[in-house]
Amino acid sequence: MHVELQNIRKHFGSVKANDGISLTFEPGRIYGLLGENGAGKSTLMKILAGFQPADSGHILLDGQPAHFANPAAALRAGIGMVYQDPLDFPPFTVLENFLLGKDRRLALDFRAASAELKHLMGRYGFEIDPQANIQSLSLGERQQLELVRLLAGGGRLLILDEPTTGISAEQKDALFASMRHMARQEDRTLILVSHKLDEVQELCDHAYVLRAGGFAGEHPLPCDNNLLVEKMFGQVPRRSPRPALPLETNLLELQQVTVRTPRLTLQNINLTIRAGEVFGLAGLEGNGQELLMQAIAGLAPIASGRLLLAGRDITRHAYHQTLADGVAYIAAGRLEEGLVAGLSLTEHIILSAPRVKQTFFIRWEGARRVTAERIQAYEVVGTPQSNADQLSGGNQQRLLFAMLNPDLKLALLNQPTRGLDVRSADYIWETLYRRRAEGAAILFISPDLDEVIERSDRIAVFSGGQMSRIVKASQTSAEELGHLIGGRQ
Amino acid sequence: MNELLIVKILSSIILQSAPLMIAVTGETITERAGVVNLSLDGKMLLAAMTGFAVAYTTDSVYLGFLAAALIGALFALIVAFGSITLKLNQVAIGFVLTLLGSSLSAFLGQNFTRLPGPSVGKFSIPYLKDLPVLGPMFFDQNAIFYFAVLVVLAAWWWLFRTQPGLYLRGAGERPEAAFARGAGVNRLRYFYTLLGGALVGVAGAAYSLGIKIGWSENHTAGLGWIALAIVIFGGWSPIRGAIGAILFGATKALATVFQQNVAGVSVQTFNALPWVLMIVVLLLVSSDWVVRAAAWLPPRLRGPFLRLVQVAPPRALGVEFKQD
Ligand SMILES: Nc1ncnc2c1ncn2[C@@H]1O[C@H](COP(=O)(O)OP(=O)(O)OP(=O)(O)O)[C@@H](O)[C@H]1O
Ligand SMILES: [Mg+2]
Repeated sequence: MHVELQNIRKHFGSVKANDGISLTFEPGRIYGLLGENGAGKSTLMKILAGFQPADSGHILLDGQPAHFANPAAALRAGIGMVYQDPLDFPPFTVLENFLLGKDRRLALDFRAASAELKHLMGRYGFEIDPQANIQSLSLGERQQLELVRLLAGGGRLLILDEPTTGISAEQKDALFASMRHMARQEDRTLILVSHKLDEVQELCDHAYVLRAGGFAGEHPLPCDNNLLVEKMFGQVPRRSPRPALPLETNLLELQQVTVRTPRLTLQNINLTIRAGEVFGLAGLEGNGQELLMQAIAGLAPIASGRLLLAGRDITRHAYHQTLADGVAYIAAGRLEEGLVAGLSLTEHIILSAPRVKQTFFIRWEGARRVTAERIQAYEVVGTPQSNADQLSGGNQQRLLFAMLNPDLKLALLNQPTRGLDVRSADYIWETLYRRRAEGAAILFISPDLDEVIERSDRIAVFSGGQMSRIVKASQTSAEELGHLIGGRQ
Repeated sequence: MNELLIVKILSSIILQSAPLMIAVTGETITERAGVVNLSLDGKMLLAAMTGFAVAYTTDSVYLGFLAAALIGALFALIVAFGSITLKLNQVAIGFVLTLLGSSLSAFLGQNFTRLPGPSVGKFSIPYLKDLPVLGPMFFDQNAIFYFAVLVVLAAWWWLFRTQPGLYLRGAGERPEAAFARGAGVNRLRYFYTLLGGALVGVAGAAYSLGIKIGWSENHTAGLGWIALAIVIFGGWSPIRGAIGAILFGATKALATVFQQNVAGVSVQTFNALPWVLMIVVLLLVSSDWVVRAAAWLPPRLRGPFLRLVQVAPPRALGVEFKQD
């Protein structure tokens, strides 16, 4: 299918999300859609998928004008999309979620669907129980399900908005192979929205770049990364250096910590993290790294063992107590776990203020001022009055960091740069390095091994609830970590 | 008490709960789609009155039921139009309609009070009705009971075993996701609000044409509120709701029995019994006790067990859906 977007315009109040964008997509090709956070990529793709109407502009399919009043119309025309944040149904089972909208038959055939789902997941190396509830899955697993659903459908134009944030390198290879197959053999069109330039280079034939709601250039792929980066940001951003820091005092100590959940057990974990240290946790989703973080934060009960923060025993502290102890936890799911969709930025900042600074009556004046400062400091594209769900994905991520309070001892970050463009990711790390210089320790999870190696002092890998030996970031490689992820020592 | 009497009481409990089962199912369908229709009590009153009046005038119970269904659907249409199209507050509209329905029924029903009229009769199922105990309870019942069972089963099947049912639940859980999968969320909500309303109307007529035949002011008053509570108690599932309706009837009957046999305790105490029981059960299933209980089960049964007992309202219940 030959798809043409002509002069697409979409404004949200004063924000020009799409300001007259024209792009062409040919059948049998894979396109990369690039651009910094808030550039308008998701908005454009949602318009193409019928999720949002454009203010003006045309969509031509094989030369014929198409009007998508809703996703149903786009689906009928063969256009399917995986949204940036999984649009699934938390209380449903995996199977029900898979079946919803799958075909037109009246009675549901659970058995056939279960077999099909298992088959599809096997193809990409995903392992999810069809009977599990969606809400018990990790964000990455939910993304995997959305992918499987899209690829199982028969669409002729498939849009994937940042689909690889929750999957491993091996799973990604399988996914890319099948995307290539769809384009080359089945003559479908694929559009990949991503901030990971290496992935785009590896998979896509052609890149379109957006900037500030407009078209900023295009380039056949592969090409020099810097060419793309320059189109995205107007110049090649510098990488912030990682300052060396002596690590002396022990900040966080885990002694024989055991955590049990129905799905997973962490047995006798011993770990010491020093003030100023950046400690990376790697592993496939759901192998224990997230659970460990939640246990430290007081969000999962510690069955036995001891947890010491700066020498104080905080084993039994619940989340609100660990918060007061100077621990912060940033969850992977932005809208699902971290933010309140319908609250404004100011209200978020008020909510995140430490207990002692909270007053019964809200001091709006001051709160708005602090919010404006934080917005500036963290370069959030939005106003103190904007609601959290009106921000672009990357800007929601920045808001999460803007909510961290000044006196921080330990930051627990689950995928801190998920969905951030290169410059924003670098920016976030710069602010984290500053925290580190002030004596805070940072414990973070990332599925991106390069990020883990580049940003950490030391690294531990989780596999099936087992923690590997601890490796020094300066003395390891992605290969070695890959081995550890696979459960080999 | 001899055995015969017990069976008779049980079979009367079951018949009494039939209208409640229909009303609960209707509201369950509506709420599953994400709309709260709080006008139940007034709607049932007006439908009970209309159903009887039309049946009385035309001498046809079928026309009576039809008229009642239309009244229910009309009220539902007002709720749907106000909340979905005009984006007004669903709770407020519901309350206003409750008051309206109850006053209208009293006013319009003046000329139909305490008249003998047509009614729905018994319907015995050959052979099965001769079974001991179960026969008289379930197979020698008023036709309304069979209709109620049919409605409950059909609604359950539709909700949990069909593709349109998935869309319906999806619209109530996460409308934007259902929309992305091709659902016309607001169209669905209109449809199921009307359908649910019509069922509640039928439930009203079922009462005035099958249980306590005839009309008098405030004939079914309170029943709508009870149905609303049982929707929650039933965890937004028609079958659980039906069981809830029967249990409710049973505890009420039990309260009557106690009342006659225990002296010195006020009537109100016993009347409150079903509610207290309901609250206790809801507290139990929403606490983490059930999670602990589930830990004792074999892993294979844990999921189904928790799904069975843990209840949560549809997440987008009462939340309007608007496209960006
Ligand atoms: N529903 C909305 N209401 C108001 N503003 C919106 C809405 N959706 C998007 N925007 C604004 O439009 C701009 C473009 O957003 P969009 O989500 O398309 O960016 P993006 O390129 O996908 O960014 P990211 O890489 O961070 O996902 C942003 O400034 C965002 O704040
Ligand atoms: Mg986006």
